[in-house]
Amino acid sequence: MMIHSKPSSGAHVGANKSVSRIMWEVMLALSPATVFGLWCFGWPALFLFIITVASAVLFEAFCIRLKGRAAKPVLMDGSAVLTGWLLAMTLPPWAPWWIGVVGSGLAIILGKQVYGGLGQNLFNPAMLARVALLISFPIEMTTWANVSPLFFSASPGFAESWHITFSGLDFSGLDKPDAYTGATTLGYIKTEFSQNHVLTDILNDYSSVLNFIGWTRGSLGETSTLLLALGGVWLIRQKIIQWQIPVALLLTVTILASVFHLLDSEHYVSPFLHLNSGAMMCVAFFIATDYVTSPNTATGQLVFGAGCGLLIFVIRTWGAYPEGAGFAVLLMNSATPLIDHYIRPRIYGRDRKGKPLEIPKL
Amino acid sequence: MLGFFSKPRIRGGVHAEEHKMLTASQAIVNNFPLPKKLYIPLQQHVGKPAEPLIRVGDEVLKGQLLAYSQGMISAPVHAPSSGIILDVNDYPAPHPSALPIRMIVLETDGKDEWINAPGIDDPFRLSPEDISLRVGAAGIVGLGGATFPTAVKLNMGRENRIDTLIINGAECEPYLSCDDRQMQERSEQIIDGVRLMLHGMEADHAVVAIEDNKPQAYLAMQAAAKPYPQIKVIQIPTRYPMGWDRQLIRYVTGREVPVGCRSSEVGVTIHNVGTAYATHKAIRQGRPLVSRVITVSGGAVGRPMNVEVPLGTLISELFDFCQVNAEQTARIVMGGPMMGDSLPHTGVPTVKATSGILALTAAELKSTDEQPCIRCASCVSVCPAGLRPLDMANNIRVNQLDAAVDIGLKDCISCGCCSYICPSNIPLVQYFKYASGEVAARQQAQHKSEQTKRLMDARNARLERIAQQQREEEQARIAAKLERERLKAEQEATV
Ligand code: SF4
Ligand code: SF4
Repeated sequence: MMIHSKPSSGAHVGANKSVSRIMWEVMLALSPATVFGLWCFGWPALFLFIITVASAVLFEAFCIRLKGRAAKPVLMDGSAVLTGWLLAMTLPPWAPWWIGVVGSGLAIILGKQVYGGLGQNLFNPAMLARVALLISFPIEMTTWANVSPLFFSASPGFAESWHITFSGLDFSGLDKPDAYTGATTLGYIKTEFSQNHVLTDILNDYSSVLNFIGWTRGSLGETSTLLLALGGVWLIRQKIIQWQIPVALLLTVTILASVFHLLDSEHYVSPFLHLNSGAMMCVAFFIATDYVTSPNTATGQLVFGAGCGLLIFVIRTWGAYPEGAGFAVLLMNSATPLIDHYIRPRIYGRDRKGKPLEIPKL
Repeated sequence: MLGFFSKPRIRGGVHAEEHKMLTASQAIVNNFPLPKKLYIPLQQHVGKPAEPLIRVGDEVLKGQLLAYSQGMISAPVHAPSSGIILDVNDYPAPHPSALPIRMIVLETDGKDEWINAPGIDDPFRLSPEDISLRVGAAGIVGLGGATFPTAVKLNMGRENRIDTLIINGAECEPYLSCDDRQMQERSEQIIDGVRLMLHGMEADHAVVAIEDNKPQAYLAMQAAAKPYPQIKVIQIPTRYPMGWDRQLIRYVTGREVPVGCRSSEVGVTIHNVGTAYATHKAIRQGRPLVSRVITVSGGAVGRPMNVEVPLGTLISELFDFCQVNAEQTARIVMGGPMMGDSLPHTGVPTVKATSGILALTAAELKSTDEQPCIRCASCVSVCPAGLRPLDMANNIRVNQLDAAVDIGLKDCISCGCCSYICPSNIPLVQYFKYASGEVAARQQAQHKSEQTKRLMDARNARLERIAQQQREEEQARIAAKLERERLKAEQEATV
């Protein structure tokens, strides 16, 4: 007679998707855009990336030790690496090292651990950190490097890069290497608008193809619309994320941008430029789809995605921050509990209010 | 019946790895050696336990009535073989707790001699009531695992004017293939059983629903049903839990059964293919339910198979026959891996509900390394009942059981989809079962205290009534006395 001491009910077998597997697959999906970004922006970007991810892991380990638990098994779930990674993607590639460290600290401690750790936070940690950095260090956070790929002669070498990351670009303007920096497309348009220029003039040398590939100024890993979208679609195919949020988000932006662009094409940028720039793809596929901070039902996710799209459009078009996606996501994060409260699946045999159905007349 | 283009959406559910080929490709094994002892629980069904009518030491024949059904919802129990009654006592139940329940222990004599019980040659001349009487007397219960007495269902069908009888051949649980094999090998008998059920319920037509991962069963059943236009055999998508009766009803008829109602109230009754076969045997051959086909499978089983075994066979004997490797066995599961219960040991008998026994290796099991919920909402999207398992689990964790009930705990069917999918390995179903048990216990306690209060109130009222009566009598006495005195005084005055 065999004896087994652990009786249990419920499913005895399971789908082979563990938390860490999910996290690693998301990272895999991020990889093409990340590698491309690192190559585009050279050594300083690589330094910043490593520092941001490493400090996220260290902060996580520190918090867990503080709670008196063993750090290693928790770190193995990969969520800290992913948070650091996502944050690094959204930083200006040549930002000084401490931006990465402070950002990771904010993301892990304020964004996640004070709520009680994985799964408890209200806001997306990476976005929270990014927005906090943007408000606190506006210059560092809006100084964008030109594309200066690794191993190109015009790009800064290893030593010079070390200097950029660890001593920082001198922002007093004395030795500011103008050759290296400028505004992002969206930021540029915003400034030009304020000087009463119209779009046809502003976008004289805008290349949508280069933007689509990612050969443009921007955050470390957010420039390549193509690679991010590919990664995102792969995640949907892998059933890691649902299609609802990205589709609702992108569709809302497209519709709003099209309407305004058709009404006044000199003052409202085209939907293509919207979709093709800034953090749009990264937010749509990787940030807004964060499990913890988005609604639980398909309908709720549609609402959430549409809300994000609307807010991104509004903030980009009329707000003070041209790169407004972070704010939009945070605002919608705060609406998630509300959405989940009002949008629930209908229980079998009950109506939407939870009352038993009527017996059908036969 | 819905048209081709308007198939209703199947809600929730999962695609689990099937593992059915371990057993589905070979014929049902019929030469299981008769065990020396059989342990026959008095309760193998939903409802009241059967009441034994034999005594220790009695000699019985195979198929002889051992215990009769008691009350409205119950089922009798018959001797699975011939032999001597050794004991009527408490033995470990085939349940995760293995708590003792009442069983009859039968020592077999090896002759396996049937009691003489004639079958019926032309059962369609029997009255429908007679069919359900015979089905009830044969101890037939839902063999898909629900074990609801079949006769009761047939009666309800008659009373509710069923228009569709659904025969559940979905067999959506992974590993199990006993229904598949039965449909392949016994299709004609099953179809005959379906016709008998239709007759017993006075219903017009039947739909046999088979998941499309069993093409051979489908073909066999279709061929067997060909002469009978009232029986339709259809294929349904392979998706767990397609065999959940309410899911199947919605898929086949488009009707949704309201919470708190029986399916017969929307004009549908559902029976399992094994039940149809048992019905055929009972009516045509006069054979009560004394054995069943069980799938024995899992990574630790040396000879996985479908095998016909007498009810009451100890699982340890079944495992010996199928060469189960004890070292490799990490968990023994009775039923399928999604909804089945794990058993603490093999010293428990097979019963009418036992569709399968699995000996699973550690590699086949879902990890029990529980991690925090990451709110991935997979559990919400797979729940066929439309619940939010993560929220219910959160409520239960902080012991807010009422809140869990408010958001649907009682509508949970324990299908296991949420546990299956959860990347954080949270044993959600376990939470829900625990909470449901707790809620039921509380309600019972409350019911009890309410009853006590009612009794107290009744007693107080009775005492009050008596006191009132006494007061009234007293007053009447006083009044009478006064009256008497007055009359006396009047008399004296007149004198
Ligand atoms: S499946 Fe598990 S981890 Fe995901 S939301 Fe449900 S309970 Fe949480
Ligand atoms: S076990 Fe209950 S909560 Fe979980 S999926 Fe099934 S019905 Fe839904």
